[in-house]
Amino acid sequence: MAFDQAIRDKSAHPPRLCPDYKSTVLRAPSKPLLILAESLRNLSGPVFDDIEFGVLDNDLTKNAVKNGAPLGERIVVHGRVMDEQGHPIPNTLVEIWQANAAGRYVHKADQHAAPLDPNFLGAGRCRTDAAGHYRFYTIKPGAYPWGNHHNAWRPQHIHFSLFGADITSRLVTQMYFPGDPLLSYDPIFKGVPEQARRLLISSFDSGLTEPNFALGYRFNIVLQGPRSTPLE
Amino acid sequence: MGEKTYLPTPSQTVGPFFAYGLTPLQYGYDFKNTVGQNAAVYPERGAVEISGRILDGEGAAVADAMVELWRFDGERRILARSGTGDNPFCRFSFKAPKPGAESGQAPFFTVIVFMRGQLIHSFTRLYFDDESELNNKDKVLNLVPPERRHTLIAKKSPSGMGYIFDIVMQGEDETVFFDL
Repeated sequence: MAFDQAIRDKSAHPPRLCPDYKSTVLRAPSKPLLILAESLRNLSGPVFDDIEFGVLDNDLTKNAVKNGAPLGERIVVHGRVMDEQGHPIPNTLVEIWQANAAGRYVHKADQHAAPLDPNFLGAGRCRTDAAGHYRFYTIKPGAYPWGNHHNAWRPQHIHFSLFGADITSRLVTQMYFPGDPLLSYDPIFKGVPEQARRLLISSFDSGLTEPNFALGYRFNIVLQGPRSTPLE
Repeated sequence: MGEKTYLPTPSQTVGPFFAYGLTPLQYGYDFKNTVGQNAAVYPERGAVEISGRILDGEGAAVADAMVELWRFDGERRILARSGTGDNPFCRFSFKAPKPGAESGQAPFFTVIVFMRGQLIHSFTRLYFDDESELNNKDKVLNLVPPERRHTLIAKKSPSGMGYIFDIVMQGEDETVFFDL
C-alpha cells in the first residue's frame, strides 16, 4: 500500500489544496490518496462509437440560433489531442462550454448582471478525427467577475472536457487566450505549476483564421496516460 | 511506458456552470446529452439505482458537483454522469447495471468527482454492502485501513430499491480517494 507519493504528474497539474482559490479549502481531499498497483487499477475507459452528434454540435455560432446570429467576435478553435509521446488520440469525445461574449453563462445559477444572448447556448461537442484533430466555431467568451476575492475577474476562457484512452487520461481543463492581462491575477490559472501554465494558453494562428469570417486559435491538448507506480 | 515527451495539459476546475454542456438533459437545457444518468441497461442483470451526496469539509451538501461512474467489467463498458444541482437535497443519481465480479474482485464502480473548488478531479470506488463475502476478500478493499473501508461501500437504501453512497471530501469520515 502506498498512501504517499502521488502518481499524477505534479509538474503539470495543480495541487488539490490551493488556498488562493478559496473554495478548495473545504473541497479538497485532506488525507493522502491511495495508490493502487497496476494490476488492481481497472483503468479501461469508455468508447464513444454510439454517441450521435448533431451536425451543428461543434458550431456554437449556429447550434442555438433562435432569431439571428449570436453577438460577439466569431472564432475558430482548432487543435490536436495527443498522448504524452505525441501520438494522436483519434475518435475521442471533446466537450466544451463557455460564457457568451458579455461574460454570462446560460446556467441558471449564473447571476452576473450581463445580458444573455438568445442565440447562444455556449456548449458544443465533437469527436477527434483519425489524426486527433478537433475544431469548434464559437464566439470569443467575455471575462466576468466572481466572488473569490475583492474585484476578482476570470480571464476569458473556454471549458474543455476530454476522455482519451482510459480513466487516467480523463481531463477537465480551461483554454485561455494569449495576452489576457487577467491571467496574472487568476488563482485558478495560477494554481497550475508555473512551467505548465503556458500549456493552457491558446495561440493566435493566422493560418487557421478564415478570411472575412473568424479569427483562428490553436489549442493542442496532451492527455496523460497511466503512470507506473513505485510498487512495480 | 515509453519515453515521455510532452507535459500533459494541466487540469482546471469544472466550475459551477457545466450543466448545460455536460448534463443538459438532467437540468432541463435544450441540448442533447452525450453521457447521461442512465447507463445502458442490460435486462439480463437489471439496473440498480445509485444516489448520494457530496459533503464538503463542513458537512454541507455540494450543489454544483458532477459525478461520473465508470466501469469495464470484462463484458460491458459502463459510463454514466450526474450533477447534484437539480435536486433539493443535492443528490446525484444513476441507473446502471451492477458490475459483475470480474476475476474474483467484488463488484465496484470507479467514481470520479468534479466540482468548483477542485482544480483536479477526485477518484474513488463504490462497492455494494450486500456483497460482503466478496468485499471481505477484495484485494483493493483490503488495502484500505479497516476503519476507512466503510467509506467505499454503498448501502442498500431503506426501500431496498437501490443504493446510497455519500462522498465525504474531508474529515474523520473522509472517503478514500485514489490516485490513478
